Amino acid sequence: MKHLNWLFGLTFIVFTSSGFAASGKLLATPGVSQVEGSAGGGIVPWAQLAGYASDDEIALNGFCSRTNVSDYRLDVCGAQLNVYDRVEFSYAEQRFEVPALNTDIEQSITGAKVRLYGDIVYSKWPQLSLGMQHKSLDDGSIASLLGAKDTSGTDIYLAASKLHLGALAGYNWFWNTTFRYSDANQLGLLGFGGPDSDKKLLFEASTAVFLTHEIALGVEYRVKSNNLGLGEQDWQDVFVAWFPNKYVSITAAWLDLGSIAGAEDQTGWYLSVTGYW
Amino acid sequence: MIKTLFKFVFTVMLVGCVSSNNGTLYQQLNGKQGVEKLVESFINQIGHDEQILAYFKQSNVAHFRQGFITHLCSVTDGPCEYKGDNMVDIHTGMNISKKDFNRVVELLINAMDEQQIPQTVQNKILSRLAPLRPEIIDI
Repeated sequence: MKHLNWLFGLTFIVFTSSGFAASGKLLATPGVSQVEGSAGGGIVPWAQLAGYASDDEIALNGFCSRTNVSDYRLDVCGAQLNVYDRVEFSYAEQRFEVPALNTDIEQSITGAKVRLYGDIVYSKWPQLSLGMQHKSLDDGSIASLLGAKDTSGTDIYLAASKLHLGALAGYNWFWNTTFRYSDANQLGLLGFGGPDSDKKLLFEASTAVFLTHEIALGVEYRVKSNNLGLGEQDWQDVFVAWFPNKYVSITAAWLDLGSIAGAEDQTGWYLSVTGYW
Repeated sequence: MIKTLFKFVFTVMLVGCVSSNNGTLYQQLNGKQGVEKLVESFINQIGHDEQILAYFKQSNVAHFRQGFITHLCSVTDGPCEYKGDNMVDIHTGMNISKKDFNRVVELLINAMDEQQIPQTVQNKILSRLAPLRPEIIDI
């Protein structure tokens, strides 16, 4: 997490000295931070760019999340920079703890996302964004041992999202769909590709309803490929996100991650906090 | 466990789709009196926001009040027809940014909260006003 400390330090200096905070978007519309560092839900990257920057603002956000399932734990911290609500840059560090092997797997992810069209609230058609996530394992020995082809890889995704005002008996309804081209095994934590398996197009989706201005209740689904032949399964979660103001959001979720590296029924909880400047 | 939660969330959404409210939006706003109170709160919100108040320097508040009351009455299916200046004419030359447009939306939400207008009615009002955005910003 060395890079992150440096990044947060720099961010702190820049933003406390300028007394600046982006606020040009409506509350909750940027979404939260997903486990690979992009703006999104918990497991799916969304079409929105991170933070409250409008087309004449810059926003910077930091987040940390913890995922605790039956046999594993995943801690992630990261940051996102939104430039004029056109481009999002993100960086995240993941630490995947495997108590049974008394070992940690660490991965860093650098991401970028470009908004191609629209605004999730106002445009007639959904907001559309194209993104990439470049992932690199610090130590690829476990991945190689399991039969992964590579210890780094790049995902490319196209996401569409829309918020429909008052669409569900007056409640605001949000949905996002993402198509990801990837060969990552369990986010890349178990490497990339397999013995006879290559990149595939994978579908991901999220939907949520806003119970109040500040609270959204939703579900997510992420299709996964089984490159290593270890029975990797699709991920799903049910989440509650709370946006008390434009400076912080808190997300809690219940997850079902299926089988991970041969250990079945990985269910558990997820908690994430994002701070916005 | 997660299957049950999934079902619960989808049921909430489906029930939301099927159920419906009675009367026009105008009636749900408590008619003429409700609309007038809302516009009064909205003007009060604008008056306390330096960033947005700047746009109103040249405006006649009484004219704005009456225009917005009639406009709101009209878009909520009340017994009014808005015959005032069109949105483009009003906002041309103001060069309103997306950020400031959203700030005005937030002031309207504050005003609706202040008038204790239910969440669902608020959202429906916003959904009817939102399509006007291209006739208001960046001109």
